[in-house]
Amino acid sequence: MVVSAPTTTEIVAQHLAGKRVPIGSIVFRAALLMALLTSLLILVTLLTSITAGAVPTFQERGLDFITSPLSLDPATAGVWSGIVGSAGIAALVTVIAFPLGIGTAVYLEEYASRGRLTNLLRTNVRNLASVPSIVYGLLGLAIFVRVVNLIGLSGTSSGRNILAAGVTMAVLVLPIVIITTSEALRAVPQTIREAGFGVGATKWEVIRHQVIPSAAPGILTGAVLAIARAFGETAPLLVIGVATGFFAAAADATFVERVTGSYTALPVVILSWSKQNDVQFADTLAPAAIVVLLAMLLTANAAAIIIRNRFDRNQQ
Amino acid sequence: MTDLTEAMSISPSVPEPGVVARSTPRVTLADSPSKHPPETGPTGEAVFDVRNLSVRYGDNVAVAGVSMEIHKNEITALIGPSGCGKSTVLRCFNRMNDIIEIARIEGSISYHGVDLYGKSVDAVEVRRRIGMVFQKPNPFPKSIYDNVAFGPKIAGFSGDMDDVVRDALERAALWDEVKDRLKTSAYALSGGQQQRLCIARAIATNPDVLLMDEPASALDPIATLRIEDLMQDLKHDYTIVIVTHNMQQAARVSDRTAFFNIRVDDQGQRTGYLVEYAGTGTIFTNPNQQATEDYITGRFG
Ligand SMILES: Nc1ncnc2c1ncn2[C@@H]1O[C@H](COP(=O)(O)OP(=O)(O)OP(=O)(O)O)[C@@H](O)[C@H]1O
Ligand SMILES: [Mg+2]
Repeated sequence: MVVSAPTTTEIVAQHLAGKRVPIGSIVFRAALLMALLTSLLILVTLLTSITAGAVPTFQERGLDFITSPLSLDPATAGVWSGIVGSAGIAALVTVIAFPLGIGTAVYLEEYASRGRLTNLLRTNVRNLASVPSIVYGLLGLAIFVRVVNLIGLSGTSSGRNILAAGVTMAVLVLPIVIITTSEALRAVPQTIREAGFGVGATKWEVIRHQVIPSAAPGILTGAVLAIARAFGETAPLLVIGVATGFFAAAADATFVERVTGSYTALPVVILSWSKQNDVQFADTLAPAAIVVLLAMLLTANAAAIIIRNRFDRNQQ
Repeated sequence: MTDLTEAMSISPSVPEPGVVARSTPRVTLADSPSKHPPETGPTGEAVFDVRNLSVRYGDNVAVAGVSMEIHKNEITALIGPSGCGKSTVLRCFNRMNDIIEIARIEGSISYHGVDLYGKSVDAVEVRRRIGMVFQKPNPFPKSIYDNVAFGPKIAGFSGDMDDVVRDALERAALWDEVKDRLKTSAYALSGGQQQRLCIARAIATNPDVLLMDEPASALDPIATLRIEDLMQDLKHDYTIVIVTHNMQQAARVSDRTAFFNIRVDDQGQRTGYLVEYAGTGTIFTNPNQQATEDYITGRFG
């Protein structure tokens, strides 16, 4: 019997046929999936336990819980003071840290000559970003509370007011803004700058019309991180004297009186409620306040994403 | 200041109206009252006069001892092996090297008799008059329209921008392909279309000189020929300096050709220098130097 020689097609088919059972790849894939599921499980548990606690509060109180001031009575206590404080801090961070941080980064990346001094500055900004937040609290107490007192804005709070808190938070998130903006600017290809100069743009026109718009999505991501941090930080506020207990501004207080008076912020409200003797605060009110805090964070995120998409649509 | 009709009457080479009109420049290039200075001599007037030009990047001398004249309404080709400093020399003509921190320039370049690197000269004003198309297409990450309109806009142009954009795209032979999607991203164009967009962007500011660094290196033969045709058209309005690796292209399009080569010294430092500069016909049929002949006939190295 003559066995016919295998054709080229057969030989190639043989060579290309899978030989191994890819055990390594299956195991690896399973491990990755496990990691994903574990993270998801943790998140879901967290969210369900919080919502489970929060739902009764929202059912019973509805909007009233949002709009009521602090109170020692769990039946009437609300988060309005916390929302106002957190929003005020976020506003101060926005008007102080964003212009300062973005301006610093633009200078460092676009104007400063690449020398030892610039590198030293850059390294130190990175170091500042990793300084524990409590240290910023001490700085705020030592400087900003005093400055607020000195310039006569201490109100009824002897300087422990939202102005000092907002400035402290702004300083705290400043390194984040600088670093993310720097990185976004550095990612803009040099060819875009050359193109701008090539048509006769000045340095400022190139930066303003080409470089910053190209870097805008990255800059906005940094802004979101910074705002989230400012919303969530508690420790520095405790150090510079946020009100942790019950307080109320007089109903007829003016804007100035409210801004210079005592204040609180959402994470501080959550903290103090979870420590109250009356367990109803910890069991139902604190989770509801957490939901409010998360909602504010998500709103800030969504706003940034909308702005970013608008830039992206113009760009790509 | 530079009134349209006035400019037209003294300079026969000013292109169609519509793109010319623009508001007063912020700073005028010293001694150069109009973007298109009147012809003072017979054809062959020098736009650039390069004297003993050397460029260093840090301690490394990239190119040394270049002297040449670039003539009005001509296409001048710079050829030579990779790294001989063609791009470097080209970037000196519109002070693009200013934005490279380590670049240092010696010698002089005069532009219509004005020292380009003189104290009173503003590099931004220089680049408005001397446009550039880069080696790799580099559109802005914006719409096609905005890419073309950016130059005129920052120059303070206040007329009908749509006309300027259309005119520039038409002259860059791109209009028909993009007229229905002017507002879409320039990044969605093919490489060859992007390069033509960059050419449109460069001519939208209606420069006096166009510097092109291998404008066809990323293009197929057909698109390349279109760009070459375009250059022949543009030549009537502009003075063009082109860097190319393509000998046939240099032979086809240019009036004059400059051949650069690299000298390696004892320390292994590589420095570019100008070997020979003459009419393209002479360079390609009867070069003076052996090195030139070797290079253009492909017997190089
Ligand atoms: N930005 C820069 N920094 C440092 N050195 C540079 C820079 N640009 C160019 N050079 C150096 O200068 C020399 C000439 O470069 P250039 O880009 O002018 O060459 P070229 O003739 O255009 O080459 P190619 O044909 O490959 O584009 C090279 O040795 C290059 O390494
Ligand atoms: Mg080059």
